[in-house]
Amino acid sequence: MSGTLNLDTAFSALADPTRRAILTRLAKGEATVMELAKPFEMTQPAISQHLKVLEDAGLVARRVDGTKRPRRLAKAGIAAMDQWLAMLRKALEKNYDRLDEVLAGMEQPKIKRGEKR
Amino acid sequence: MSKLTLKTEGNTHVVVTRRFAAPPAAVYRAHTDPKLIQKWLLGPEGWTMPVCINDARSGRKIRYEWTNGKGRGFHLTGEYLELEPYSRIVHVERMHLPDPTPENQVETRFDTDGTGTLMTMRMTLPDAQTRAAMLATGMERGMEASYVRLEGMI
Repeated sequence: MSGTLNLDTAFSALADPTRRAILTRLAKGEATVMELAKPFEMTQPAISQHLKVLEDAGLVARRVDGTKRPRRLAKAGIAAMDQWLAMLRKALEKNYDRLDEVLAGMEQPKIKRGEKR
Repeated sequence: MSKLTLKTEGNTHVVVTRRFAAPPAAVYRAHTDPKLIQKWLLGPEGWTMPVCINDARSGRKIRYEWTNGKGRGFHLTGEYLELEPYSRIVHVERMHLPDPTPENQVETRFDTDGTGTLMTMRMTLPDAQTRAAMLATGMERGMEASYVRLEGMI
């Protein structure tokens, strides 16, 4: 569904280097399919296919401007994904914070030269 | 200051780095001694690891079972491929949810960093789709959580 973030499809969408490059380009401002196709040396249908994947993932949106359909980043989708990733990172950090405590409680086998307790 | 970094590399890798105040020998031990692993490799608050089998020898098995104490649980199985005390471990693992996920090959390095350790964990997934699925469900699994820096995108 366009405009709604689907994490599975969003991460799949990001797995492709061309689609990551398209997002990086759109981060600088909106662009038409023709403008996007040029630097990538790809056909417009090929770019349109990549854009469809990004739109389905909720990462890219389009607007109507006469006969043009310029694409832009879907800020809400990108922000939701970023938030998700921050949560993942926090969960992983929790493990390692616990590991810090475990390490602090471990008896060191021996004190090396020059080390202080 | 954040001590943890997580990023994707190429199409199939995820790389995690973390610094520890303890020396490599201690961090290595905390990754291979079941009694120590059970104290920290737990994921979200409230989860425990009642079963921890970790036979840290080449070719031997790993089995971790987690539970939230409310009827939810899952487990991981794996095998060790290479161990170089106290600097490097290579193993493969898969989550059972309950169907096994594709294999994740993990190389964990413990490098001396001042008086402490720089740990670098490099995961290799079979393909980009598998990595995407791992990232999308990482929270639920609690362990293989990862972070992609959307550099320049936001």
